[in-house]
Amino acid sequence: MKFHEATLDNGLTIVAELNPQAHSMAAGFWVRAGSRDETTGVSGVSHFLEHMAFKGNEKYSADDVNRIFDEIGANYNASTSEEVTLYYAAVLPEYAEQTIELLSTLIRPTLRQDDFDMEKKVILEEISMYEDQPGFSAYEKSMSAHFAGHPLGQSILGSAESIGALTSEQMGQYHTEHYQAGNITLAVAGNADWDELRRLADKYCAAWPAGKWDRPTTEAQPTGSTDYVTRESNQQQHLMQLSPAPAAANPLRFAAELLSVIVGDDSGSRLYWELVDPGLVEAAELGYNEYDGSGTYLTYLSCDPKSAAENIERIAAIYDDVNKNGVTDVEVEQSRNKVASRVVLRSERPMGRLSSLGSNWVYRQEHQTVEDDLKILESLSAKSIRELLEAYPLGQMTTVGIGPLEAPTASE
Amino acid sequence: MQQQNIRTHQFDNGLTLVVESMGHVQSAAFSLMVPAGSIFDAAGKNGTASVLANLISRGAGDLDARELSSALDNLGLQRSEGPGLTHMSFSGATLAKNISAALPLYGDIVLRPHLPADEFEAAQAGVIQSLRATEDEPRQKIFLELRRRCYDAPWGLPTEGSLADVESLTADDVRAHFETAFRPDEAILGVAGNVDFDEIRDTVGRVFGDWESKPEPEFATAPHGPSQDHIHHDSAQTQIGIAYEAVPYRSPEYYAGWAAVSVLSGGMSSRLFTEVREKKGLCYSIHASLSSLHDDARILCYAGTTTERAQETLDTIMVELKRLGDGIEQDELTRCKARAKSSLVMQQESTMARAGSIARDWYHLGEIRTLNDVGQRIDALTVDTVLDYIHNHPARDFTILTIGPQPLELSQ
Repeated sequence: MKFHEATLDNGLTIVAELNPQAHSMAAGFWVRAGSRDETTGVSGVSHFLEHMAFKGNEKYSADDVNRIFDEIGANYNASTSEEVTLYYAAVLPEYAEQTIELLSTLIRPTLRQDDFDMEKKVILEEISMYEDQPGFSAYEKSMSAHFAGHPLGQSILGSAESIGALTSEQMGQYHTEHYQAGNITLAVAGNADWDELRRLADKYCAAWPAGKWDRPTTEAQPTGSTDYVTRESNQQQHLMQLSPAPAAANPLRFAAELLSVIVGDDSGSRLYWELVDPGLVEAAELGYNEYDGSGTYLTYLSCDPKSAAENIERIAAIYDDVNKNGVTDVEVEQSRNKVASRVVLRSERPMGRLSSLGSNWVYRQEHQTVEDDLKILESLSAKSIRELLEAYPLGQMTTVGIGPLEAPTASE
Repeated sequence: MQQQNIRTHQFDNGLTLVVESMGHVQSAAFSLMVPAGSIFDAAGKNGTASVLANLISRGAGDLDARELSSALDNLGLQRSEGPGLTHMSFSGATLAKNISAALPLYGDIVLRPHLPADEFEAAQAGVIQSLRATEDEPRQKIFLELRRRCYDAPWGLPTEGSLADVESLTADDVRAHFETAFRPDEAILGVAGNVDFDEIRDTVGRVFGDWESKPEPEFATAPHGPSQDHIHHDSAQTQIGIAYEAVPYRSPEYYAGWAAVSVLSGGMSSRLFTEVREKKGLCYSIHASLSSLHDDARILCYAGTTTERAQETLDTIMVELKRLGDGIEQDELTRCKARAKSSLVMQQESTMARAGSIARDWYHLGEIRTLNDVGQRIDALTVDTVLDYIHNHPARDFTILTIGPQPLELSQ
């Protein structure tokens, strides 16, 4: 396993973790652009632009892009988050050039008007699809409530109204501002040759406009709120709760990751034993999400509406206990073993390494090997969790409910 | 493709062990299939296997539920267990050095579970909650309900159970299912990863050798549901499910059938994606796949689209399904082959994928098909052989189900 890094004159960074024994190569362009970078007039543009990327450029039509990716047997797609738009493909090593060329094509699409109009319909369908999924709706509404007034509260998909009103000119403008080479990282993991990657990056990316767009990353100061969206025909009550947690650059993030496993993993955690195992809920989980400058603990609960209030209380009692008394060495040890195994298993596929390689670079300009990750994990203790909890206690600051309930009802 | 090292051993009690030794990985995975799936749920008791799967790891051998869970977590085991149609499956992956310590714990779970009567209600409540959550997710529900309508019972019944049936189950029903259906005859254990065959065979012999053989339990059959149906649901989108007959995995025509459905829905250059999404913008999500039981199979086709565009979506899909018989292009087949080759090579990067695959091969074929063998069968396909398949098994006699605010016109 060998790490390489280079920066082109226009500011595009290339990072690679190469392994000649790997069966495949995974490559991705990480563009530092997401819903938090949008102004309100163009809500949803980052995600819509991600779709438009597949419509091609002057050389390749939309059909060409899809056809050539399939011809080389690529496993490819793209995703948009609050902060990053990622275009990626996993391929057999012999297709390195076609892959880098096609992925580069995605970064600078033509944005033809007829393609734009057609894809707008697909985006509206995607918005409707997520509207029908209570868990996703609860996530989006809770982010918007928790980060009200902060850019992280902006919707990834946008609304039917904002997408309906969006023009291809606005999208072009957004693209010019945010897809500058200094905002983009090419990450490659697996079986590839570094000199060849350098050559391909020069060939396909060197002409991209130089420049960088900086986002404000002030830590959000949420104050909390409770909001229930009533859907009478739902069977279950879905609840999402957010609270502040360490940001992506904060060294406490490792402890936060481990704490989320100890308290809220989908099996063997405190929430599991108190709520899932006794059959009180369908799901009760705690996750940790890191962003530029801010972070969240995210609690998800799905249960019978009648017992929602009691279950929220049960979770509150668990969080109180953890905040007061911390966690045990046994819990730390057990969760470390779980996480270590996940890290190693994920690393066996280049596609699995790609996500860690790319996000470490985009968020922290650092390279972490699997061994580095395991060493940090090994260094964590009940004391590290205590330090974390002093700065960022577990909480249920912002609540959004979706389901039959109209408002929180007190338990007996 | 690298030469694979695959060996099998059948124990006297009928249990078959299949091991793929993979030298280049750090992990190992297993997939244990016990022939106690949901088809053995008694009539009116659909969900017995599902509740048993929830109950079975609540204490086994000398360990209570928490001790067992801790022991598995300390081995770093990423695991899942769940009811399948014919088999209940237990699978896990971890560092290769831990696999020999994990298998005895599964010996306890499968041979000596406590099935505590006082936890039956918790297990039942867990399954009920999860069935209720599915009611809120029409995208999941469509597949369960489509299967009910295109396969006779018990093959078409949901492995997770039916709500009314689960509510009426007793602890005795669940224990009886364990006592009659858990047996080594037709049980299969697949292990893949950095493991030594002799060592695994000896461990498995010690752990499962005294598992007693039993006769196959009986199961009741019943006709499938209506071929054309609509389920009302208040949602933004209408879910469309279409099924028609195909050939099972063990059929000599299987790969031709696989290629036919790949022309329809393999990759973004495939026909359904191109015609329904790219050219008409009718939906975000659309796909078709070949779903195989041991002796029977269906093409299952799905699209989700807003209600006012649902009729056009259904009509467009039906045109594409029938048009397949008019011919396919060499380029379309070439792309399918490229995608298949790439996915075969990448399977070697995942011990979990290989363990599952060799266990399933044994169930369907009574032998293991190497990746090279599969590659050769796919290479041998021609436009003519695929077209022959399509003509022998034309798209007709459809089962069509919609879920949404309004029914559609279902003229075949």
